[in-house]
Amino acid sequence: MTALASSLRGTFPVLGTLSRGHPMIYLDSAATAQKPQAVIDAMTRFYTQDYGTIHRGVYQVSERATLAWDAARERVAHFLTAATADEVVFVRGTTEAINLVAESFLKPRIKPGATVLVTEMEHHANIVPWQLAGAKTVPIPISDTGELDLVAAERLLAAGCEMLAVCHVSNALGTINPVVELCRMAKRHGVPVLIDGAQAAPHLCIDVQAIGCDFYCFSGHKVYGPTGIGALWAKREHLAKMPPYQGGGDMIDLVTFEGTTYAPAPRKFEAGTPHIAGAIGLEAALRWLDALDRVALRREEEELLAFGTGLLAEVPGLRLIGSAREKAGILTFVIEGVHPHDIASILDHDGVCIRAGHHCTQPLHRRLGVQSTARASLALYSTRDDLEKLAHGLVKIQRMFN
Amino acid sequence: MATSDEMYQAVIIEHARSPRNYKPLVTPTHHCDGRNPLCGDEVSLDLTVDAEGRITDIGFQGQGCAISKASASMMTAAIKGKTVPEARELFERFHALVTGEPTDEKALGKLVAFKGVAAYPMRVKCATMGWHVMMEALDENREKRPNGSEQ
Ligand SMILES: Cc1ncc(COP(=O)(O)O)c(C=O)c1O
Repeated sequence: MTALASSLRGTFPVLGTLSRGHPMIYLDSAATAQKPQAVIDAMTRFYTQDYGTIHRGVYQVSERATLAWDAARERVAHFLTAATADEVVFVRGTTEAINLVAESFLKPRIKPGATVLVTEMEHHANIVPWQLAGAKTVPIPISDTGELDLVAAERLLAAGCEMLAVCHVSNALGTINPVVELCRMAKRHGVPVLIDGAQAAPHLCIDVQAIGCDFYCFSGHKVYGPTGIGALWAKREHLAKMPPYQGGGDMIDLVTFEGTTYAPAPRKFEAGTPHIAGAIGLEAALRWLDALDRVALRREEEELLAFGTGLLAEVPGLRLIGSAREKAGILTFVIEGVHPHDIASILDHDGVCIRAGHHCTQPLHRRLGVQSTARASLALYSTRDDLEKLAHGLVKIQRMFN
Repeated sequence: MATSDEMYQAVIIEHARSPRNYKPLVTPTHHCDGRNPLCGDEVSLDLTVDAEGRITDIGFQGQGCAISKASASMMTAAIKGKTVPEARELFERFHALVTGEPTDEKALGKLVAFKGVAAYPMRVKCATMGWHVMMEALDENREKRPNGSEQ
């Protein structure tokens, strides 16, 4: 067990519980991360002491809630290294962020059938919204190790497209994409770029200005915060020009029956009473992360990933999927003769939680020629012991079926 | 508490490895395909029912976990030679078994191996997928429905 992980583990109450009667080994953090006590406390404090709506009340709790909401936006801006908090829009999560950009940014700019460049490794959340907006999604191919083909990317960009939408880190392969280079290439062709940061936010230090993208988004629940809250960062000039995504309270300037003028961004995109407690929980999560040595944690994760990769390589019949040089803590695999659901199900009996299926990446699975895969994913509370228990279980399963 | 051995009985693993009646039929009287969009599992089922309403032949093919494959395999073995009402009655018994409802376990014969599934609600769909497709295939009114799916 690494020093940092072991010291952090105790701050996650769930990790001290039993699953199916065994100490829980949680290896599905790419789906959603567990919550540290700091996040749980912040949300409980809000609901028990400071609860009120934002922007509307003059009384004390509403004032507190409004200040907390604004502070959360500042915290997200800091987390993303954004120039200003006005470029941060609160959304439900990555999915809503991409839908917002597809609907409010892309759709008014394009004719139906226009091309949005994606990649073969995209999550459905970074494919379907573009299609819903009337675009055709064209994928940048990947190599068998799970790396983007940058030559093909250049060629596809040159062929013409309205948008490039790519994940910073792949949820199925773990690949860390060269987003700086991709943005530079896209810029040369005048193509705006959206980066899906859902899987990068928990693992990497994000600097949207250094990346050079137009849009960046992530989900709170994958960075140790609550579900139902996330953020879209967008360049100020885009937000200023984009029409509202939804109408309602909070996003207006002046409403009459003849017409309405809107609040300036980011409020223009935040219709209705938002998930205030969620933003407060997210603020607590990002503050908690900020206090950690994230560079050291990243190094530990790399070591842990190498350790896990080695362990899995020893399991007979196991084939690891995704072996990019730059990789986050995701171990996706198949075992000859065993269906991934059976792997996950049998591990679950021993308290080991992993994911099986297509991980919302059906086109990627088709590209790889597999119906479904099993995936173990790491977070900063993951340990060598977790991976040893996983490998031990996999050897047992392999024997059971062969 | 159920253990993995209770759900993954030897007979289940054996059927998953070498499923019975794993073939398409040349001239089926009934057919249905089922899909579970959540896990991507698929099963395709053919049946031959004679004039007296007896299932004289049955074959299936598909992709799926051990539970769904073994369940479909053991179902084909169990209902071959039975009448349609008998097959329906067996399905009801089997459904009760895997959802933890009381039923006549003796009447289920070897199918009782799936009893352990009841402790894992997320796996009930796997264990019943083949059965649902079979019921769908035999459903006289099926044409009126948009599509055959597992549930
Ligand atoms: C790469 C990637 N993009 C998008 C999403 C969607 O995130 P959410 O479901 O939180 O909106 C996920 C998470 O499942 C993901 O891993």
